[in-house]
This record gives sequence, C-alpha cells and structure tokens, in this order.
Amino acid sequence: MNRDIAAVYVLWLRAMKRFVRSPSQIIGSVAMPVLFLLFLGAGFSSIKFPGIPAGISYITFLVPGIIGMSMLFAASFSGISLLWDRQFGFLKEVMVAPVSRTSILFGRVLGGLTTAIIQSTILIVISLFIGFRIPNVFALVITLGFMFLIGLIFISLGLIIASFMKDMQGFGLILNLLIFPLFFLSGAIYPITILPASVRYITMVNPLTYGVDGIRGALIGVSAFPIYIDFIVLSIVACIMLALGTYAFSKTKNV
Amino acid sequence: MARIRNVAKKSRYAIEVSNLVKQYGDFKAVKGVSFKVKEGEIFGFLGPNGAGKTTTVHMLTTIIPPTSGVAKVAGHNIYERREDVRSKIGVVFQDPSLDDKLTGAENLNFHAMIYGMDRENRRAMIKEMLEMVELTDKADILIENYSGGMKRRLEIARGLLNKPKVLFLDEPTIGLDAQTRRHILDYILNLNKRYKLTVFITTHYIEEADYLCDRVAIIDHGTIVACDTPEKLKSGLNGDSITITLADKSSASALSKYIRKIKKIRDVKQNEAVLYVYVNDPASALASIMRAAYEERIEVLNIEIHKPSLEDVFIHYTGKGIREAEAEQNDRMRAMVRSRMR
Repeated sequence: MNRDIAAVYVLWLRAMKRFVRSPSQIIGSVAMPVLFLLFLGAGFSSIKFPGIPAGISYITFLVPGIIGMSMLFAASFSGISLLWDRQFGFLKEVMVAPVSRTSILFGRVLGGLTTAIIQSTILIVISLFIGFRIPNVFALVITLGFMFLIGLIFISLGLIIASFMKDMQGFGLILNLLIFPLFFLSGAIYPITILPASVRYITMVNPLTYGVDGIRGALIGVSAFPIYIDFIVLSIVACIMLALGTYAFSKTKNV
Repeated sequence: MARIRNVAKKSRYAIEVSNLVKQYGDFKAVKGVSFKVKEGEIFGFLGPNGAGKTTTVHMLTTIIPPTSGVAKVAGHNIYERREDVRSKIGVVFQDPSLDDKLTGAENLNFHAMIYGMDRENRRAMIKEMLEMVELTDKADILIENYSGGMKRRLEIARGLLNKPKVLFLDEPTIGLDAQTRRHILDYILNLNKRYKLTVFITTHYIEEADYLCDRVAIIDHGTIVACDTPEKLKSGLNGDSITITLADKSSASALSKYIRKIKKIRDVKQNEAVLYVYVNDPASALASIMRAAYEERIEVLNIEIHKPSLEDVFIHYTGKGIREAEAEQNDRMRAMVRSRMR
C-alpha cells in the first residue's frame, strides 16, 4: 500500500521533472492552441453566429472552446510517453517494481493530467492579454474542475491506444484521426445549435462537447446544457474511460 | 556487511526452475529448462544470441508469464507471487532502462522510493552504491550525458539499492569496451563476495562465463545442453592435453611406454614423433613426464600445454562454435523477416 502510493508520487514527480526540463515541449504545446485562438478569432469575429447571444464577442465565445482543445490535445498525446518508455526500456524498470499495475497507471495519469492542466492554464493567462475576462474565482475553480475531467477522459484514451500500439507514428496517426473530429464536433469553434440535426446527434455523444459547454457556462455564462448535466456526463465518461484504461494497461506488453 | 543477508533459510536454493517453457505462437523460445541455483552462487547462462537467455530472465523476473513450468525465485513462485519475487530481486536488463531526462541520483532515488525505502535508508544506500560504482561525482548529471559503461554501472547500483537476494544481469557487458567489461565483471565478483549475493548472469562471451561463474549452464535453441562448474565442464571433455615433440618415432614410442605407467594420465596418443598426453592435472603430470624422460635419457624437443576452453565445451555439446551458432541464428531471423515481408 505504502509502496503503491510512493509509486504514484514518483511517476508524477518524474513527469513534472521531464516537463520542466523540456521547454520546447511546453512552448510547442501552448503555441498551437494560441495560434488557433488568434487565427480563428481574426477570421470569424466579423461573422454573426445565431447561437451566440448579443453582447458576447466571437473571441470571448471561442476562448473556452480553445481551452477544451488544449486539454484534448495535451491529454491524449501524453499517452505517447508509454511508447517512449517501452522503446527506451524505462517501462521494464517500472514493471519489475513490487507495485500494482493500477498505481503505475494512476501515476502516469496524474502526471499527464498535471502537465495538461499547466499548459491549458498558461493558455488562459495568455487569453487575458487579448481581452478575455474571468468573472470570478468561483468560475475559475469550476473551469479547473472541467479541465480535470476532460483530462482524465483523454489521457485514458491516449493510454488505451498506446497500450495496443507498437510504434509512435501509428499512434500519432490514429490519434489525429480521432481527435480532430472530436475537436471540430464539440462546439468549440461554433455553437452546436447551428448544426443540422443529424450532425448534432454526433456532437451529443462527444464527451468534449460537455467539457467545452461546462467551461463556457462557467466563464461566460453561455451553455447549451445546464452545467450540472455537463458535470455528471463527464464524470460518468471519465470513470468508464479510466476503467478501460486500467484494463488496457494490464494487457499491455512489457517488452 | 550484513545488509544483504539471505533470510529465506527454508530452501538453500535462490532459484529453482522446473521445466520452464515459453512459446510464442509456433515458436518455442524456451523449451523446458530445469536448474537450481544455490544461495551465494554466481550462475551463468551461456549461449548464442537467440538461444532463449533473455526470455528466461524475463520469466524469472516476472516481466513475462511462462507458458508452462514452475519456477521459484527467493522462495516465491514467479507467477503466483509476483510482487514477493519483485521485492527480493535486482535486475539489470540487456538494454538500458534508465530515464535519460533524469540525473543519476534521481534515477536511484526514484527507484528506492518505489521499493518503499525511507529517507534515511535511501540516502545512506544511494551514497554507498554510488561510491561502489565510482559515480559519486557524476550523480547530478543527466543520464543522456552518461557513457554506456557509466549507465551500466549506475544500473547495477540501482539493482542493489533494495538489498536484493538475487541479482539478475542480462548481458551486462554487451557493447562495452574491454576495459569497462573487466571493470564490471570485477564489481560483480566483489559484490558476490561482500554480500554473499546470488547472481544470475547471461552472456554470450565464453571468457566471461569462465572468469565469473561458479556454475554455467550452456543453452542452445531453448534447451540446456550442459550444466556444471566451468572446470568440470572442461575436464568432462578429454581433459588438458600436453603435446610432446621428440627427436624421432622410436624415442616417442619409448617415452610413451613410461608415461602410461604414470598415475592420473588418461590417455596417450602418438603421431610419429609427437605424443599427445591427456591429463586432469597437467602441472604435476608434466613433472613426472620430465622425470621419466630424464631417467630414460630421452631428448625432448618441445612441450606445449593446451587447456580446454569453454569454447571447446560449447563445440562439444552443440557441435558448433558459439560464433557459428550466432551466425546461424541471424540467418534464421533474416529468413523469418523475409517470410513476413511477403
């Protein structure tokens, strides 16, 4: 038990150290959502979307969507660390330790979650410089809660894919194939209410939709669903994904 | 130094393996090996690449489950009591398994934490182990800046932090230069003496097995073909041989008659003026042979002693040299890759 907690802590601490020691990774991963924010904002801000209430600018509407996107990308790509560790042998060192597989998985999830939240928080800070305003601390806390849940879901997704993959190119390919549709059909860049009914059903089964909706509700008071519904849906999906992730990880090859 | 002590007194064996098999699809990597390793022993697995050495290590260190068979390490079943086994072993894998974005000290510290060591204990053990492998002044450098030999030494230090009962070393000197190799072998010998540590080592270097191991198992195509001390394996062949060159055939025949009377001589063969004498202990036999030659006034032109090597043993049991065996393995791998590409 004691050792299991130590293992979670060690794997988290390791992720932190690696994160701090690779500034290029931090800059790269923050730059992409910032570019999306700037270029989409520049192009679409003159268009009047029917789903966005008057008085709210497009860029204000977009910021919560890009926070969701940042979490989606950072979290799901953290699964690649499993492939790195398998390739460079560190996975064996961890797997031969007298600790449970579950604690190893939780350490990895917690590490990926923290780095993803730090990256997305940097994004929030940057958005303040382009005129975004956070109403109060409470809104920020709720936002962090939603970021946490989005992170759990997509880290699990990344780990599930990584558990069954051998090479990194394949991992990147499959993940991109999955996360771009998830991003575009989440209401991150336009309100889902303007979509045709058939496409809207797809967005309803996309967990990111509820994440973006919840963050938007907390930060700018605009949401398609009540915030508590977003929260409950995400919590359930997070539990399922974590359980699937644990199962996939227990089946992964050590060598 | 009583730190690493053998507590499990129930069985005197650190490793007990019975009919262990690992099968991948149709391919049997390990075809039912059985052996026992005594506590405090250095036991070597000698064989060419692809003989099943690493697969055996992976099974014994609980990294992969066996297809069938039973094995106990430090008194615990490797499949049913995986965590007990893991807490009692140290492992140095064939490929480096360090995190190269961390420093040497961080790698050791993280390992010690996962093994549940408290802060005081960690600090003391890490200091001791770093000193032993002479990396104290390199402790705060990132692993990506370490040389291959330094990484290996750090991994050995790491494998010993948790005071294991059994240390597994899978090809610990592969890819290292001769000097570093010797250095690492001496560490292992030293550890074994100081801590009475049981060591299971795999290698495809014959000299290494000979230099290091109390007992050697020769493994080929997933099967143990011979298992004994290096000396017995070697003397199980024809023994040492002494080649004596004499002036002519008749004096060779004359000398051979007297040599046959000497005790401990296993066999004498004659080829014209040359005698081949097979003995167990060439040093004492040589003295007797020289005395016989002197007393009978037979002139000896030249004497050579040939000690059989483990290479001879390997050839004897597998019918080929270890390098030929490796070449054959490579051919098989290439054929496999080719058939998959089609």
